[in-house]
Amino acid sequence: MSNWTRRRRLLVPMAFAGAAALILAGCAESSGDGGSGKTTVEISGGITGGEADALNKSFDQFTKDTGIKVKYTGDKSFEGNIVTKVTGGSAPDIAIVPQPGLLKSLIGTGEVKEASDAVSKNVDKYWGKDWKAYGTDDGKFYAAPMLANLKGYVWYSPAKFKEWGVEVPQTWDELIALTKTITEKSGGPSWCAGFASDAASGWPGTDWIEDLVLRQAGPDTYDDWVSGKVKFTDPQIKKAFDSVGEILLNPEYVNAGFGDVKSINSTAFGDVAAKVADGSCPMTHQASFLSANFLETKTAAGAAPKIASDGDVYAFVLPGEEAGQKSVEAGGEFVTGFSDDANVQKVIEYMSTPEWANARVKLGGVVSANKGADPSLASSEFLTETMKTLQSDDTTVRFDASDLMPATVGSGSFWKGMVNWIDGTPTDKVLADIQAGYEN
Amino acid sequence: MTAIDEPGIRRATALSEREVKRQEREARNKLTSKGATIAAIVIAIIWTIPTFGLFVTSFRPGADSSSSGWWTVFTNPSFTLDNYFSALTSGGTALTLGQSFINSLAIAIPATLIPIAVASLAAYAFAWIPFKGRSIAFVAVFALQIVPIQMALVPLLSLFSRGLTINGVSVFPGFDLRDADHSFATVWIAHAVFAMPLAIFLLHNFISEIPGEIIEAARVDGAGHGQIFFRLILPLAMPAIASFAIFQFLWVWNDLLVATIFAPSSSLPLTQTLNSLSGSWGAQWYLQSAGAFISIIVPLVVFFSLQRFFVRGLLAGATKG
Repeated sequence: MSNWTRRRRLLVPMAFAGAAALILAGCAESSGDGGSGKTTVEISGGITGGEADALNKSFDQFTKDTGIKVKYTGDKSFEGNIVTKVTGGSAPDIAIVPQPGLLKSLIGTGEVKEASDAVSKNVDKYWGKDWKAYGTDDGKFYAAPMLANLKGYVWYSPAKFKEWGVEVPQTWDELIALTKTITEKSGGPSWCAGFASDAASGWPGTDWIEDLVLRQAGPDTYDDWVSGKVKFTDPQIKKAFDSVGEILLNPEYVNAGFGDVKSINSTAFGDVAAKVADGSCPMTHQASFLSANFLETKTAAGAAPKIASDGDVYAFVLPGEEAGQKSVEAGGEFVTGFSDDANVQKVIEYMSTPEWANARVKLGGVVSANKGADPSLASSEFLTETMKTLQSDDTTVRFDASDLMPATVGSGSFWKGMVNWIDGTPTDKVLADIQAGYEN
Repeated sequence: MTAIDEPGIRRATALSEREVKRQEREARNKLTSKGATIAAIVIAIIWTIPTFGLFVTSFRPGADSSSSGWWTVFTNPSFTLDNYFSALTSGGTALTLGQSFINSLAIAIPATLIPIAVASLAAYAFAWIPFKGRSIAFVAVFALQIVPIQMALVPLLSLFSRGLTINGVSVFPGFDLRDADHSFATVWIAHAVFAMPLAIFLLHNFISEIPGEIIEAARVDGAGHGQIFFRLILPLAMPAIASFAIFQFLWVWNDLLVATIFAPSSSLPLTQTLNSLSGSWGAQWYLQSAGAFISIIVPLVVFFSLQRFFVRGLLAGATKG
């Protein structure tokens, strides 16, 4: 007993002394790395997992040539945290912002630096006007686009299509006819979909609607819809809902491999990849990035699926009303600088060049809309195709509408509306509810 | 005073002992029944199933996990340690899970010790040093518990990075955070600050219950505040301190928000890498099951080794009088 108390008597002051020492050590450390001229440029963004590793690697050559180290840190809740960090005065050197809407609110804090002339020239040269406009606010150009993904793909199995003797459709009517044919031939539903994505549940549905608005009503109406001039209750938007509803609300056509119409809401958006790969789901609508989800799936025979136009899995662009229509919806990120440091500016400039795009595309899994980049470097036939579509001069590219709308609608009532719509709420009520998001 | 003979006392104690035993038996009979035991076991099993499923998933090959449920292992067993290996070595961000595991320890241990050190001193002062406005100050400190942590993030971060200047006088110069790559100080301070109201409240309630006679006796013997605090208060308050330490450690260990906001990129904790493991589109979600079990080890060790304090300490601060 007395032994124990004596030991304790010693322990307690020691613990205090230790705590104090740690505090002091920590303070000293935080002021250690200062100095002039940044040797390590910090980038943060929402990209995580294997894509984050590849992003870090894409700067290897740059570091060798210039001696500037680049460190990317991914954060899943980036969209929320970056606003806190920037307002708190602790912004990273560079942020990779996935939504033009978020970019605008960051610019609003006054911390974002305008892009240099070199970056601006690169964007003029290598990207379309549409892309530059998304990085511009109030006539000033801030952020160059980085990578891109193409929305509005329909993933299918070329092998199964051959077995059923059907072809890739060229128009929307052909797609509906194809849906019917597959249902008759396979005896089951022909589409699958998954809207579940935690707090963001419903976003895969917004992509469906946006694709249809862009194809049926055209890019101009799409722009007006994004800016709020065309309301959700407008007949043109309702038409898009009705067209999507022909497939997604029809119990005969969905939800292949999962259950009935309502199971769309309980299926995670990435899980559909496994069902497309093993052949139990003939078609699903998702962006180009779904290709990443096929890496860990198996075909019915147990092998890894081959993503090729003659393989197990491939995708066609959702057709428009007429054959050969070239309006596509895309998503992408923007490189936003928060520092005037010469080395930081060098990194930003490098990221807008075709050299960087090539370095990153070569590492696999992604595509760039940079017109100077070489599509043949992409890691699969599918990604090469995607890149060509994005780079092509006759493709009209429109950014994901829900990312452009105000957050209360784009990542609020629109997402929620899609979930309710699948749950059976009448279309008119859903449209009125989504529109009401503008008043929040 | 009426004198009571010894046998009388003995009889009385024997009687009361018998009475106590009878009551114990009664209570046991009332409180336990086979049905209740079975129900408790069934509930325990049902509650454990999701964790068990996650545990099984962490040992299944990724391709299996994304195409079939974990329960299929019973008919079609196939296990691998790959998930644990790739979870530890690939972080899905600038750090690997292994590196951030060390960071988590470096954050959680000081972030537990600092608030205890400060709060036990403050609690002693609030309980045993009479000064003007003591109760108001105590209530004010505890009232801060109401302020949601999210509201304090931006001001605190701004204080750290920009400092505080009032009317041209630099009250606090601020740290040069933008150039710091590896530093824990801000996270420690943030955690300590956010923990303070509850820590002071809990420890105060416990320390104020220590009989005043003991402290008076110590004072008569010539002990000052320092001696009273280190030799009497700290040893006696150990159960409360330990139970708060468990709370605080688990809270800091599981924290994602505070660390993501305050820690520089090389000092991010385990929760941050765990969150990033699945990748942008969630394609590698099965790695998270392995990562979750790696991260759960430390809280389990802490909890089981301090468990006896936990039960005692929980009641310690809770009831007064």
